[in-house]
Amino acid sequence: MASAASLTVSVWRGGEQGHFARFDVPARENQTVLDVVTYIQRELDPSLAYRFACRVGMCGSCAMTVNGRARWTCRTHVRKVVGAGGALELRPLGNLPVIRDLVADLAPFFDKWSRARGTFQPKEAEEGAVPDDFAIVPPASKQRRQADAGIECIGCAVCYSSCDVVAWNGDYLGPAALNRAWTLVNDVRDGARRDRLDAVAGDAGCHSCHSTQSCTERCPKNLDPSLAIAGLKRTLFWDTLLGRR
Amino acid sequence: MSAASAGGAARAARQQTHLWVAQRVTAMVLAIAVVVHLVMIIGAVRGGLSAAEILGRTRGNEAWLAFYVVFALAAGLHGAIGLRNIAAETIGLRGRAADLAWLAIGLATAVFGIRAAIGLYA
Ligand code: SF4
Ligand code: SF4
Ligand code: FES
Repeated sequence: MASAASLTVSVWRGGEQGHFARFDVPARENQTVLDVVTYIQRELDPSLAYRFACRVGMCGSCAMTVNGRARWTCRTHVRKVVGAGGALELRPLGNLPVIRDLVADLAPFFDKWSRARGTFQPKEAEEGAVPDDFAIVPPASKQRRQADAGIECIGCAVCYSSCDVVAWNGDYLGPAALNRAWTLVNDVRDGARRDRLDAVAGDAGCHSCHSTQSCTERCPKNLDPSLAIAGLKRTLFWDTLLGRR
Repeated sequence: MSAASAGGAARAARQQTHLWVAQRVTAMVLAIAVVVHLVMIIGAVRGGLSAAEILGRTRGNEAWLAFYVVFALAAGLHGAIGLRNIAAETIGLRGRAADLAWLAIGLATAVFGIRAAIGLYA
């Protein structure tokens, strides 16, 4: 549908309560959704609030709900997602409070990273000091590969906003925080494995995941949080069964 | 979070993990037990089914008694934990009291099955 001369863009305005405002934006051959939002803000309505920084898919700040689906907008081409007649509907990310217009409040999302013990805890240096020596972690080792698989997360919250369990259970840590925890569980330099496994167990943690894989399907970095969560479940299963916890 | 409430949260998470592990283990038991049960039924009905034939097989047979006791326990617990999860997600029924109630329901269900198994054994 890239051939329409202009796009009809419905943009959420307001907070939790609000309405859609309509804008006509010229269609271009090559245009990202973020370009469209920027056009609206620069040319049509400077009061529009939205968030972005890097524009190249690194910072994770530009995610929004585009035609009903969470996406990173700086790397999403309009022609791939536009509806019939050039229709685009933009909302803030779901499963999060709305601050204003297209800006969601990511505080709950990042709070859950810290609840899942998403910070590295060096083994020998309890208070986070720099250890005396370099740790040697062979790149081909299983744990290293499992950690590597999830490490490129940019914290965009696309997965979090696509997860039904987050919608049903406000306490659920969500795919990104659990994915982060799994990378650290596999980090042989980390000393907080036991506490972290406690933090990600139970109804607020990995055991509530239904393995529906929306997170994996939608992650713009092609990570597999669903697999990471399965890893946490497996680890907790054997640790519990064998009395290691 | 205070140390005390962090400890409480970790304990709750452990108990929830135990329920989850029980759910998985009973699922594995059920996968085998249901197959054994079905094969037995198919074998039993061939050439007609009679009470005397069933009792002939089960009466005084410790192996069948043990099998059905394990089967009933697994089914009772598995079902109750599953309902617990559904209730938590749909109507928000959560917490330790609810978990204990579900456990009691699961065990009570199992007791019915075990009573029936003892009836066939004795
Ligand atoms: S796999 Fe788990 S974490 Fe991922 S979307 Fe589904 S329920 Fe959420
Ligand atoms: S796992 Fe993927 S979708 Fe989720 S926050 Fe990280 S990069 Fe974004
Ligand atoms: S603006 Fe940085 S990821 Fe889109």
